[in-house]
Amino acid sequence: MTNVALPAADTATAAQKPLPARLAAAFVSRLVIIVPYVWLLFFFLIPFLIVFKISLSTTAIAMPPYTPVLGFGDGISGFIDGLKQLSFDNYVWLTQDALYFNAYITSVIVAGISTFLTLLIGYPIAYGMARAPASLRPTLLMMVILPFWTSFLIRVYAWIGILKPEGLLNQLLLGIGVIQEPLIITNTYTAIFIGIVYSYLPFMVLPLYSSLEKMDHSLIEAAQDLGCQPIAAFWKITFPLSIPGVVAGCLLVFIPAVGEFVIPDLLGSSRTLMIGKTLWTEFFTNRDWPVSSAVAIILLLVLIVPIVFFQNAQARAQEAGR
Amino acid sequence: MNSTWSRFNITAVTLGLAFLYLPIVLLVIFSFNASKLVTVWGGFSTKWYVSLFHNQGLMDAAWVTIRVGLISASVATVLGTLGALALTRYTRFRGRMLFSGMIFAPLVMPDVITGLSLLLLFVAVGLDRGFYTVTLAHITFTMCFVAVVVQSRLVTFDRSLEEAAMDLGAPPVKTFFQITLPVIAPAIISGWMLAFTLSLDDLVVASFTSGPGATTLPMKIYSQVRLGVTPEINAACTILIGIVTAGVIAASIVNKRREVQRLRDEQAAQRG
Repeated sequence: MTNVALPAADTATAAQKPLPARLAAAFVSRLVIIVPYVWLLFFFLIPFLIVFKISLSTTAIAMPPYTPVLGFGDGISGFIDGLKQLSFDNYVWLTQDALYFNAYITSVIVAGISTFLTLLIGYPIAYGMARAPASLRPTLLMMVILPFWTSFLIRVYAWIGILKPEGLLNQLLLGIGVIQEPLIITNTYTAIFIGIVYSYLPFMVLPLYSSLEKMDHSLIEAAQDLGCQPIAAFWKITFPLSIPGVVAGCLLVFIPAVGEFVIPDLLGSSRTLMIGKTLWTEFFTNRDWPVSSAVAIILLLVLIVPIVFFQNAQARAQEAGR
Repeated sequence: MNSTWSRFNITAVTLGLAFLYLPIVLLVIFSFNASKLVTVWGGFSTKWYVSLFHNQGLMDAAWVTIRVGLISASVATVLGTLGALALTRYTRFRGRMLFSGMIFAPLVMPDVITGLSLLLLFVAVGLDRGFYTVTLAHITFTMCFVAVVVQSRLVTFDRSLEEAAMDLGAPPVKTFFQITLPVIAPAIISGWMLAFTLSLDDLVVASFTSGPGATTLPMKIYSQVRLGVTPEINAACTILIGIVTAGVIAASIVNKRREVQRLRDEQAAQRG
């Protein structure tokens, strides 16, 4: 953190200035990094270490409901004693109970299917927006972003009224005679898919739009002039060029969807096994902090590859924008 | 290319927007329903709004939520802007990889993990759960969104403006406040708004980190939604939607005016 590279212009002028001013400037520039850095270390990184530590402790019936291990108060010998007490029981427990394994698998599958559906629905929207008259694009962009500013909970709640057996969709379909019996959609995986696609659609459309909008349309025209069919031109030119947008959009949908709690809880059934819900139940209903910590650690391990992938994509985009 | 906005494209955009807006529109319409059944129209009425304002629990929760939102968004904006400056202006410092990781990871981190880990931190340091723990938690996850928004403005920023100011003898801190800050102000404002709405919206992190007496509006709404759909909740949601919509539209108008003004200033400057 200490060897801050001063911007070129800064050093050029700094040479002419008295020492106190230079020191003050150097201090301020360091503060810019140190303040958010320390905040994130304390409130983002250290909490994970604590989760990891507690996931290795044993359950106790007390408040806080776990037996602490690895205290740093008793010196090195205490620390080594603590190491001996570490237990992987919670992780063993997770592997022995099929419930957890199924929950992880289900979450990944549900998130995967939902991400694919979001891409299928989001791509034509983003494509249409990118081809819209330039004067209309900012308005369209705002209209796609606006629902994202509206509460997540409210948007999921809105679907309950539509999808439930006596809900608006069934009334409409019964009314026009398409179906005779009300469709059972709430408390099924279909409802969860609808909820995830709906809630995360803006996350998919925005990166897709920004990569499609930048695209040089003359490439398509050139391909068509050379006799390429529009659909072939799409698969040969447009789609490959939009891959960065597709990757960013899919990651932005997939990663949070795996750990989603609100959607499976409100739209799914009580038997819906998704890991975010399992963690919530383990914590709030069963009050088992060590097991819920272990669930969180494994969830993080499941997501670590897509998260690192996402970070690299972000860092690359940032370098490219420089 | 703007000559050919084909029928396919128009249909795709129209259907997409209909899908995005229809559920919200229906929710708003049914908040004015006289019937207690949320899905059967029983005539126009505003009685749910009246009963809403007499619901002390909801009102208290709304007040807690607004206070948490205002404080956390403001602190998160300062921290996030600093983070964005650190990321864009200092390309080499020890631990930069870790730093950018900690900025980007919370954007996609599942809420349940963020909530659980922060709660365990608060327990470990012996902080009583309540208003302040929710606020600290919200600062932490919203500052990263602010950082990303501000950073995207900073990378397109013309550094020669700053260099010119410093060549003319302005110290770096003064340059920042006189040149840099006004230019990135729109991004900072949208960052603040994003942080505020994310805080207003959050259920999961708040549920983990709050304690007795600090129930937020989403927590309240969630506990009632679990019991079923009621017109009163529709009314509460409609008010929230109205506030957010008005805020976003106002901000975009302000931004547009500033943008127009900036372009004019730049043109005037170029003419000399």
